[in-house]
Amino acid sequence: MKVDNIYKEEKKSVFKKVSEVIITMASRPSGFIGLSILVFHIILAFISPYIAPYDFKAVNPTLMLQAPSAEYWFGTDDLGRDVFTRTILGGRTALTITFFGSLIALLWGGLLGIFCGLVGGKIDDIVMRIVDAFLSIPWILAMLLIVSLLGTSTEVLIPALGFFYGKGIVRVARAATHDVIAKDFIVSARARGHSNLSIIWNEIIPNVRDAIFVEGAMRWSWMLLGFSSLSFLGFGVSPPTPDWGLMISNARGLMSFAYWAVIAPIVGLSSLIIGINLTADAFAKALGIDRSTKAPV
Amino acid sequence: MLFLIIKRILLGFITLFIVSLITFVGTEILPGDACTTYLERQAFGEQLEACYRRLGLNVPAYERYVSWAVNAIQGDFGYSLSGEMPIKEVLGPRIKNSLVLASAAIFIGIPIALILGIVTALWRDKLPDVAISTVTIFAMTIPEFISATLLILIIAIWLEWLPGVVIVPTDVSFLKLLPNIILPVIAIAMIMTAHMARMVRSSVIQVMASEYVQMAILKGVPYWKMVFKHVLPNALLPAINVVALTIAWLLGGVVVTEVVFNYPGLGRLVIESISNRDLPTVQALAIILASIYVSINLLADLMTLMLNPRLKTLQIRK
Amino acid sequence: MSDIIQKVKNLSIGFKSKKGEEILILKNISTNIKKGETVGIVGESGSGKSTLALAMMGYVKHGLYTIGGECEFNSSNLLNIKSKDLEKIRGRKIAMIPQNAGQALTPNLKIGYQIDEALQLHSDLNYKEREKKISELLNKVRLPSPETIALRYPHELSGGQQQRVAVAMALAGTPDLLLLDEPTTGLDVTTQAHVLELLNFIAKDTGTSMVYVSHDLGAIAQVSDRIIVMYAGEIVLEGPSRDILKRPIHPYTHGLLKSIPKLSLAGLPESMPGSQPQPGTIQDGCSFFDRCNFSEEKCKNNSPQLEYLKELNTSVRCFHYKKLLKEIQINQSVSKIKKNSKDKEILNLSEVSISYAKQKLLDQIFNRISDDNPTVKDININIKKGETIALVGESGSGKSTILKSIAGLLRTKDGLIRFDESRNLSSDLKERDPNDLRIIQLIFQNPDESLNPNHTVEEIVAQPLKLYFGLKGEELKKNIIDLLQKVRLGEFYMSRYPRQLSGGEKQRVAVARAFAAKPDIILCDEVTSALDVSVQAAVLNLLQQLKEDFGTTYIFVSHDLAVVRAISDRVAVLYQGRLCEVGPSNDVYKFPSHPYTEVLLGAVLEPDPDIKPKLVAEDIVEEKPPEKGCSFQGRCSRIVGDICKTEIPPWQLTNTGNAIRCHIPIEVLQKEQFK
Repeated sequence: MKVDNIYKEEKKSVFKKVSEVIITMASRPSGFIGLSILVFHIILAFISPYIAPYDFKAVNPTLMLQAPSAEYWFGTDDLGRDVFTRTILGGRTALTITFFGSLIALLWGGLLGIFCGLVGGKIDDIVMRIVDAFLSIPWILAMLLIVSLLGTSTEVLIPALGFFYGKGIVRVARAATHDVIAKDFIVSARARGHSNLSIIWNEIIPNVRDAIFVEGAMRWSWMLLGFSSLSFLGFGVSPPTPDWGLMISNARGLMSFAYWAVIAPIVGLSSLIIGINLTADAFAKALGIDRSTKAPV
Repeated sequence: MLFLIIKRILLGFITLFIVSLITFVGTEILPGDACTTYLERQAFGEQLEACYRRLGLNVPAYERYVSWAVNAIQGDFGYSLSGEMPIKEVLGPRIKNSLVLASAAIFIGIPIALILGIVTALWRDKLPDVAISTVTIFAMTIPEFISATLLILIIAIWLEWLPGVVIVPTDVSFLKLLPNIILPVIAIAMIMTAHMARMVRSSVIQVMASEYVQMAILKGVPYWKMVFKHVLPNALLPAINVVALTIAWLLGGVVVTEVVFNYPGLGRLVIESISNRDLPTVQALAIILASIYVSINLLADLMTLMLNPRLKTLQIRK
Repeated sequence: MSDIIQKVKNLSIGFKSKKGEEILILKNISTNIKKGETVGIVGESGSGKSTLALAMMGYVKHGLYTIGGECEFNSSNLLNIKSKDLEKIRGRKIAMIPQNAGQALTPNLKIGYQIDEALQLHSDLNYKEREKKISELLNKVRLPSPETIALRYPHELSGGQQQRVAVAMALAGTPDLLLLDEPTTGLDVTTQAHVLELLNFIAKDTGTSMVYVSHDLGAIAQVSDRIIVMYAGEIVLEGPSRDILKRPIHPYTHGLLKSIPKLSLAGLPESMPGSQPQPGTIQDGCSFFDRCNFSEEKCKNNSPQLEYLKELNTSVRCFHYKKLLKEIQINQSVSKIKKNSKDKEILNLSEVSISYAKQKLLDQIFNRISDDNPTVKDININIKKGETIALVGESGSGKSTILKSIAGLLRTKDGLIRFDESRNLSSDLKERDPNDLRIIQLIFQNPDESLNPNHTVEEIVAQPLKLYFGLKGEELKKNIIDLLQKVRLGEFYMSRYPRQLSGGEKQRVAVARAFAAKPDIILCDEVTSALDVSVQAAVLNLLQQLKEDFGTTYIFVSHDLAVVRAISDRVAVLYQGRLCEVGPSNDVYKFPSHPYTEVLLGAVLEPDPDIKPKLVAEDIVEEKPPEKGCSFQGRCSRIVGDICKTEIPPWQLTNTGNAIRCHIPIEVLQKEQFK
């Protein structure tokens, strides 16, 4: 029996698969840039408390609105706090909350979507109606309502964000499931008499997993956008915790004479969002999924 | 055909009904009620009683829902707690202002998005595509409040070309409003345009790879005729729905942008009424924003139905 | 030399692989197309035949590029001229008829416009004249009522009609050369025969040259004067049609012709081992080396050159063609099927009806299906243990629907499905017990869809073993290896994913999975139609071998009548979900008695220029079975009277054991046969 060289590819471990995907992602310039930015921010989030030169909440009226100098690299803000310190610390809350938020979104959205796609019929109709209704309430209104009534603690924000950004995943997971269940291997499994649970686990999840992960990565960047908008509006983390959205909002009124206090957090937040976006894009391309046709809902 | 249209419209109403239920139940199950939330520490005695009576909170929840819904259908959303006047009157000018802002963004954004999307698709992987696609990725990812802030910093503060903050009364004439809305419109349109351009691009690329386009080329159809006759009608049709979703998503951006520019529209009302814990107004806003979303999607559905020959004949045959 | 219309010279086309290697799709192709001749290009998928045809129009697909050579037309190289000039040649001088007209017609433009567009571009006619011309063209391709067809959108036409529109569109520019890329693939047998007949007529009528690209030697045999055989991007044989089909002197063509089942021969043809190599895998040596019966050490390292034999007017790429020159005729040997069917009944379908109609609310409440005119009706078949029964018919005949019901995937409306004389199989999957599910297994048409792309071969074959027998660990592994060996796949396949296998190998895995359940009955749904011709015979032989080893019963669904002839013991002919004829295959094929059977068999294309198809009935596509009377009344050319339209015909038995459902008396039907 002849064995062609290109067919010689063995089953790989999960670790090897993941590292392969990362290598493919990094092989594109945009993917490489995105990954580097993301990794930089993650590392920064871990080490920033140890490298921050000043205390982020130390108010010093004598040092109000100082321009950038050798001592204060990014200058100081209206309360005399070091902008550099606050900027490198400013992404920690956002990164943590949105990361866990998107994990929750991924889980409930993915599972409900797969379930609806497989079951179909009346249950599917009803669930999709409700999801549609949730989609038609602007996220910002709903989030503001929840936050203003329940407070802005992490325990509220993570599940609330997770819930609101998960409803879009329901649709994606459902559509992907629909594509898969029309295939003959599902018909074959059903004809053999496998249970629904076994079909979901063995046949559907391996085939929709990629689409859901890509969607989750995308949600992450949108969730970050949403979360910082909340902070900016004053409904996110509460002062004096450093947060980019909040910093921009505070320094905005003074930017005609102290632009540095606004520029630093803007660069921080924009670079993180772009980094996540480029990474999600490269991730989608590495898995062979076109994400540019999706609407941002 | 008619049946399909009616069905879509009905589905829209069902969605709105569910939205109203969600907001109603949502505000109901959260701790406190509209009066205690609004009055906060003064929530006792005569004042609380008066508030309850005014909002009719002393009747069972389902009765309140029914009477609220019946009134809402007639355009009466009840009484604003913070504005001390009927919500209808608070909403009127705000809706007008926001519509001006949003429709300006849409009318500028859609043509630009179409052109950019088509150009990037036709020159795929060449210089125009790479340049525009890079810019759209940036435009798409940066939150509105950042782009708005930067616009104010650069154009209003450093260059002093346009006013950075809208300081006009709520019911100002359109001409006076115009210079004030240029920057907000740009901030809103940017993210939406970038999204749409990317969607148009991939849709066009998909159609360009289809067998019928290959056939048109092999038939000897000149390039631009092929693009306009064979590619665009088929590429833009599926894009309609996605564009509608993007427009609906823009509503969120409008809120933030209005706050940045201090613009007297619906968005700022959202923030104000939430800060003031004015729950009846919030409910009204939820329904109104949801109806905008639902009607835009309905419009997109109807357009697709109208333009797609497949669906048209499907109906005739039935 | 002036009679040469298109000259292909040393053409190589390829693409860059991910690693940056240059991979050739076409390797150094040279050939000429003469004025007025029809050249057939035949090859399996991936042989480069479509790429060659497109290159003849100066078109190279996105991702591919020309590495060298030229396509000369009117003394200009089409691969190297300005697009303005190309636009004047395409459609006017050279026109293409595409494979899948349904997708090659722009969906948002009306048929009339799409033809008019070609006329506007390539003629000087004014509006009135063009309008007339459109009608003329539609008439020429024999479409009914051209005026209304012109106002339709592509999706409103049937597959055959769409293909005819594509022909009309190509003729609009009165081209000198017509390129046809698999123009009849995907059409029903009768439609296919009609379209081919039309193309033959047009070739004669207009005198254009044609290049006919196909994987189907049967179709090629009907139209071409000259045949070019392609294998792995190379021309391996080129010569006059008759010689190539009757006396192929290249081992590939020789083996291929031997492995194609023929209508006139019952039994399984010889199979060819292996499958066509992927582009880029073979660097030196003959690309057919490892599948060839004649190969020697020399073939492994040296590539044979295309050699022109003057006396035969044939070019051949083989070191050993002389060995084949001696063989005067292909003597096709078939292994006769051993009949091991017993008289014991294993499955009985009685009065089975199946409906796709949506349940109305009231029906949902009472859990019933009410449909007076169901898709499938009155099916009565007795299947004996160990036999292979084939269900044949065109698309829409309900053959796959019946399979689904037997498997429990589709509820029956009425009737009973009985297993082993006593056990009633419930019509609903959920109500069948695991053993009922185990005894019936399915093999699907397309292994790409029927194997989960994310599972290894081991996981795929393990599924039924785990589910039905609870096997684990070493024992499971032993069983899997055992099964893979039975389908002639080595142990090392266990860790492969489906995408790493060739089409034939994938289908073997699907077969292994079906047999893993130790079923009594296997339902085969078009199992060979997604496979390449050279692989098809091997899979059929494998199925036959397994059946003899295990005593399994096959219910075999196929549209390919020659394949059915090769493998089946008994045939049931279906039209619009109603049975027309049931009987031993020998008798059905030798004496087709039902008018529809006659039509079907008449339309089969044989890879033999001497056997022409007989076109008996019109190729109308009916969407729904008629409410009353005989199911075939709409297309039957032998209607005896009103009785055909009002009454369901009775079953009549012939002395050979056929059962026929027709109003024409059996004696008359049979007499006609022997005329």
